[in-house]
Amino acid sequence: MSLSAALRALPLHPRVLWAKLAAPIDPPLMAIVATLLACGMMVLASASADNPLRLVSQAGNLAVALTLMRIAAQIPPQGLMRLAPPVYVLAVLLLVAVALAGDVSKGARRWLNLGVARIQPSEIMKIAMPMMLAWYFQKREAMAAWHDFVVAALILLLPVGLIAKQPDLGTAVVVAATGLFAIFLAGLSWKLVVPVLAAAAAGVVLLVASGDSICRPEVDWPGLREYQKHRVCTLLDPGSDPLGKGFHTIQSTIALGSGAILGKGWMQGTQAHLEFLPERHTDFIFAVAGEEFGLVGGIALLLLYAALIGRGLMIAAGAPTLFARLLAASLALSYFAYAFVNIGMVSGILPVVGVPLPFVSYGGSALVALLLGVGILMSIQKHRMLVQK
Amino acid sequence: MTRAVFHSPEAGIEGFRSRLAAAGIGVLVAFVLLFGRLVQLQVVDRDYYRTRAEDNRIAIVPVVPNRGLVTDRNGVVLARNYSAYTLEITPSKVGDLDATIEELGRLIAIEPRDRKRFRKALAEGKNFESLPIRTRLSDEELARFAANRYRFPGVEIKARLFRQYPRGELASHALGYLGRVSERDLDRIESAEEEANYRGTEHFGKSGVEQKYEFALHGQAGAEQIEVDASGHAVRVLSRTAPVAGNDLVLTLDLRLQEIAEQALGKRRGALVAIEPASGEILAYVSRPGYDPNLFVDGIDPQTWDELNNSPDRPMIDRAISGTYAPGSTFKPYMALAALTLGKRTPGQTIHDPGYFMFGGHQFRDDKKGGHGTVDMYKSIVASCDTYYYMLANDLGIDNISNFMRQFGFGAPTGVDLEGETSGVLPSQEWKRRHFRRPEQQKWYAGETISIGIGQGYNAYTPIQLAQAVATLANDGVMNTPHLVRSVVEARSGRRGPVERQPPAAQAGTPRLHQGCDGRSEPRGHRLARLCRRTVRERGQDRDRPALFAARRKVRGRQGRRAPARPRVVHRLRAPRQAHRGTRGGGGKRRLRRPERRSDRAPGLRLSSARQAGGSRRGRGRSRA
Repeated sequence: MSLSAALRALPLHPRVLWAKLAAPIDPPLMAIVATLLACGMMVLASASADNPLRLVSQAGNLAVALTLMRIAAQIPPQGLMRLAPPVYVLAVLLLVAVALAGDVSKGARRWLNLGVARIQPSEIMKIAMPMMLAWYFQKREAMAAWHDFVVAALILLLPVGLIAKQPDLGTAVVVAATGLFAIFLAGLSWKLVVPVLAAAAAGVVLLVASGDSICRPEVDWPGLREYQKHRVCTLLDPGSDPLGKGFHTIQSTIALGSGAILGKGWMQGTQAHLEFLPERHTDFIFAVAGEEFGLVGGIALLLLYAALIGRGLMIAAGAPTLFARLLAASLALSYFAYAFVNIGMVSGILPVVGVPLPFVSYGGSALVALLLGVGILMSIQKHRMLVQK
Repeated sequence: MTRAVFHSPEAGIEGFRSRLAAAGIGVLVAFVLLFGRLVQLQVVDRDYYRTRAEDNRIAIVPVVPNRGLVTDRNGVVLARNYSAYTLEITPSKVGDLDATIEELGRLIAIEPRDRKRFRKALAEGKNFESLPIRTRLSDEELARFAANRYRFPGVEIKARLFRQYPRGELASHALGYLGRVSERDLDRIESAEEEANYRGTEHFGKSGVEQKYEFALHGQAGAEQIEVDASGHAVRVLSRTAPVAGNDLVLTLDLRLQEIAEQALGKRRGALVAIEPASGEILAYVSRPGYDPNLFVDGIDPQTWDELNNSPDRPMIDRAISGTYAPGSTFKPYMALAALTLGKRTPGQTIHDPGYFMFGGHQFRDDKKGGHGTVDMYKSIVASCDTYYYMLANDLGIDNISNFMRQFGFGAPTGVDLEGETSGVLPSQEWKRRHFRRPEQQKWYAGETISIGIGQGYNAYTPIQLAQAVATLANDGVMNTPHLVRSVVEARSGRRGPVERQPPAAQAGTPRLHQGCDGRSEPRGHRLARLCRRTVRERGQDRDRPALFAARRKVRGRQGRRAPARPRVVHRLRAPRQAHRGTRGGGGKRRLRRPERRSDRAPGLRLSSARQAGGSRRGRGRSRA
């Protein structure tokens, strides 16, 4: 039997099958994400020179995550809206379960062992949070009053508190940022937004300016524990704790800086390959990219993220319902939160909290959550004409 | 208007789009900020960082501090360190692991035991670290490998400190042992914010005081700046911050007594705890069988590990704090004390013991056929009359008994400075309700109270609880937390640091033993203690003087006083000397005088031991019941 005959015998011709498969995919978004993923795999290959099996494992994660993305892209926004409250409630319950009976690893209680697999419920929350807030504001559309924002804040704070308690400060920050974006976009008054932003900016400036005097050991910070003070002070002066918390920042800035403009070349980074760089395949992978591909590589990644976020915001702008608009925009901005916090931390302008670099860092749960978000964006884009306002 | 405070009136799609634009501008600003930072690092300061990356040939290598020593109260060393050379393989740097080990085996003797241990460490997924294949290399082996080093990339000789327990199995459960740092230990290190200090540390306390005082024993890691060549090998040391050795522990144990106690328990399964009542210091602490902690030091091989874990003797279980046993007749003095305190009996009140006690149609038999005849409280303790206590338990009722016993710490962890202490079972109506599921099981039956009176039934206590209870009785009802560590000594200055102790769980209701029954007569606790002493004396005569007794005289003899003893002591009590000379209200004065009399007094010994009668599972089963 010839090949063409065999193909004809299939219930669906491959071309038709491909068309069906690709139908809900948004080409520009897919192109950006695919480029990011390809760059990510390349950097990960260099960061995993000591353990090539990690690449295989990440490819497996990617296959699962892409499948889930495709499935998510199929679900119309109305379906997502129906799903929002149950998914959110489930995620909160799982977080509570983690707090009660989670596995402890490296001093934090983040994982839930379900027998078949270990899951990290905080990752589900990265999707569930914007869905829930978008759902809530959709329900209250046109009659939103001040107390709705209080409710929204509670929806946000409950899981964020649970995640922060694990403790997983990085994920808590990102989930909180995602929710705050949603609340802002839902129309929180500028009168509240502007002063808060201004106060935060002033606080940061003050902290940096007075870093030397307030980090002396005899100074107590009201309301903060000793280690929290330590973490902030280490950021202001990483040299104060070269073996401990400052070690990461020192080594990652050296990696970035020594990469200079063009980088040392793929697989040539001394920081990464002589094992000076800690967490080089997870949270600090951007330093590997910066060391081996230099400023050029860094800018390329920044541009890719900007393109991803931009496409996401465009999808949000064109979305027909408040739910779809809010969901798309806050998902797009959550990628911003990830990338900004991670790159800021690696380049030494933000404290070291555990946030992976989206689409690049090694890790299955994070990849699944990220690509599910992409799938949702695609669904919103594809269904924009079909939904009646 | 409240609405405007939270919510802008400009709703709808235009409002949304303008906010979206604002967010987009925010994103751009943030990215420009990152871009600026990257330009600063990678363009402006690139030469500086390039030099630093070059300098990163200079690695900061942690220097593991010497772990503190552990000694007994007289300074006899129980745990120390020695340095030895080990042959180590970094699996990720070796191509064909089996071939390499095979080749190495031709140069240096590698036993199957070494291979198994290496495989085990490898299976734990640590193939990026260097793992020891052989420890304690001889000089000859060292030289032989050095000459052939070029043939073995990824194989290194390292000098490492090892823990050594010179007394082997002696006091093994009190000391505990060290093992390689596990995932769980890493969690502990991280939650204690000690990561920086543990870089390079390979061993961690797994049980006993080695575990409980891990962070005190460990010390502060130092750092060495080492120049490395391109492949990461050390070339020379540039600078060095010396590590600070860990603190030494002085235990409360007296090794001479410990030896005697271990001999006395012999090959039997069980535990023995001797506490100095006035302070709560544990003078001897035995759980048998024990193990040799030296086995764990350079990684135990799986076979020995399995033998230790699967042995029916369960040598890894510390029976003194985690085995629970029915206290038997040692419970009777507390029952008598409860009777005195609650006014259910006077010392002279007698009962007739026909050799059994009838309750609800069931016969509770006495130990002695035909019974003890007429029995008062004195005789009940001296003769250990069961019937007396069957009746008493029935008269008191379970709630009275459990409320009274709680004051002595029965059924609650003592707070001893060891991990893994269980609480045992102090039977009560409430305990039964909580512990059983079916309603008919949850109900307390009056018949169940009877055997509680003689320390049987649901009673299940750890040996250390019993020892603490005895010590409390002997110490006028003042409860001290039993502890194994006397002081933590700073290695450098020799300063003795304070040891933090948790208060005993039962402290809330310290029994007031110093009160007499009617305010005039001898305090209850003293009377009971005196009675117990008499019991020991009278019943001890008719048996062989035990090894424990003879040996104890040897230890304490110098201090000029011998104490009565009896063979197969289950427990033993001695009251303070003046205790039974009447009260006359001078309690405070008496206490003041005590220290000067110390010299002619043997430190009071409170022993409590529990032997397991039928198989090792009994104790465990009981604790779950």
